Amino acid sequence: MLKLIARRLALLPLILLAVAAITFALTEISPFDPVDAYVGAESGVTPERKAEIAHARGFDQPLHERFGRWVANVAQGDLGTSVVAGGQPVAGEIAARMSASIALVGGALVLVLVGGLVFGVLAAALRGTFFDWLVRTLCYFNTAAPSFWVGLLALYVFSIELGWLPAGGTSDPRAVESGGIDLSHLILPMVVLAMTQYAWFTLFVRNTLLEVLREDHVQFARAQGIGEVAVLLRYALPNALIPFVTLVGTHLSELIGGTILVEAIFGWPGLGGLTLDAALGEDIPLLLGITLCASVLVVLGNLLADVLYRVMDPRVREAAT
Amino acid sequence: MSAGGALGASLPVGGRRMADAVRRWPVSMQVAAGVLAVLVVVALLANVIAPLDDAAVDLDRVLEGPSAAHPMGTDEVGRDLLVRVLHGVRISLGIAALAALGAVAVGALVGVLAGTLGGRADAVVMRVTDVFASQNHLLFGILLLVLFRPALGGAGAVMLAIALTHWPTLARIVRGELMSLRERPFVAAAVGGGASRRRLARRHYVPHLLPAVGLAFVLTVAHAIFHESAYSFLGLGLPAHQASLGNILNDGQRSLLAGGWWIALFPGLAILAAAMTIGTIAEHWREHLHPRWRSELEL
Repeated sequence: MLKLIARRLALLPLILLAVAAITFALTEISPFDPVDAYVGAESGVTPERKAEIAHARGFDQPLHERFGRWVANVAQGDLGTSVVAGGQPVAGEIAARMSASIALVGGALVLVLVGGLVFGVLAAALRGTFFDWLVRTLCYFNTAAPSFWVGLLALYVFSIELGWLPAGGTSDPRAVESGGIDLSHLILPMVVLAMTQYAWFTLFVRNTLLEVLREDHVQFARAQGIGEVAVLLRYALPNALIPFVTLVGTHLSELIGGTILVEAIFGWPGLGGLTLDAALGEDIPLLLGITLCASVLVVLGNLLADVLYRVMDPRVREAAT
Repeated sequence: MSAGGALGASLPVGGRRMADAVRRWPVSMQVAAGVLAVLVVVALLANVIAPLDDAAVDLDRVLEGPSAAHPMGTDEVGRDLLVRVLHGVRISLGIAALAALGAVAVGALVGVLAGTLGGRADAVVMRVTDVFASQNHLLFGILLLVLFRPALGGAGAVMLAIALTHWPTLARIVRGELMSLRERPFVAAAVGGGASRRRLARRHYVPHLLPAVGLAFVLTVAHAIFHESAYSFLGLGLPAHQASLGNILNDGQRSLLAGGWWIALFPGLAILAAAMTIGTIAEHWREHLHPRWRSELEL
């Protein structure tokens, strides 16, 4: 197990290097002029001043030297300086937004897991009934409906029409202690983000559960006279959940991508909002930094999934050793 | 009705037989094909049905709810929303189809390269594909949009962003199919019988790969519609004045506070209709062709 973790962690820098090389190459191919992005399109900057900026920031050096220097800097945790944040370090900008993102993604993940388990198990237990049909139909709609559209409708219904929940931000600006995180502000973005992943997980739980219920050990448990509820929860569900673990890594990435749209609608100040600010301000260093961070998260998520898979399924563990 | 037409092509030719085949489809498939046909006709004929006039501003009729005169209401400068949504379907479906075509072309090319070269070259190509595949579509697409929008313009950059984020699935499918085809007895028999490379490709490889590629194309179109509208909604896609579904949704977000829910509702319904019909048709097509592709094609 430790060997596996060590081997996969050793691979992490290689994968990051590949991601860095691809993004760097794309930046080079693109007609994008970093000096123009830095000074802004409208300001009347003389060519001499542009050359100075290019020299000061190292834009005029040959390709391999810039790439080498950039990789060396990234390895030391220096992701460059952000344009939209007025020259602040990219790493600091990303770190400052991290906690809001973790609150949002973590909350959504918990909602997906709990909601998907409850409705997936119920749908499997009540297969063929109206409830099962309802859950499947809602999931089907949910997969096809764009998350940002659902977010807009939820915003209209729950904050504008009904006034139950705040429309955006992290706290009430009129409150005495504004600046902290008010949980009522988290509910809408969290639920909308959860809905992007909720449908596939519910259907996944339902379908794998129905497959496992046909297996011999479940029939044997039934033959022993164990109640249907216990059969479902103790004998079938744990086996049905094993393949799910391998999917967590992929869907964690989807969840992180989904924050870009959700945070744009609800004005949540996490990494998704930072990504949008960077994109609108054509802030390439910041965008590259966020892309690299997302890659690290995906690799770590996949590693966690592999480790959990081995912990949960003895067959895989024994086959590997 | 591109998907329905392609499905029909695999059935016996002839109008009456086609009609018989349609009658044998499940009801969900018939409904989906009908709705998709309407959407495609709307996309093709939007300029004939209701020419778009961006200057048709009517400040006496700003933000009016749905009525007989304006079935979908009016927007914040008094333009008819139905006309704008019709053109939104045209723009968004067109861009999505072209972007999916790009993704299929890149994916097929990489897949054929990896599958035919084999060995170390195959390993290198597939590892690079893995790196692309591990990137989040939306995030990586935004990076591509920002980099290439100045040169390609909004629509071009959106197509490039979608094509360059969605090809890895295609490459894996094509490579996998090619590898398994090469091991099949009928291919070995053809090689043993002295068939040329061209004949092998034309008689054996292409006819077997085409349905999988076509199906992946249809599924990619559904994804592409979502991505185009998401980018435009964020203000990173098409120029703000163009009536794409994402841009209308962006207007809708602004109008929500003024109570204009219909501007956010109707363009989203159009996206929902397109995604659901394409999903349903792809599902039936998949089962019709090869039940075992089920898991491989979960894009």
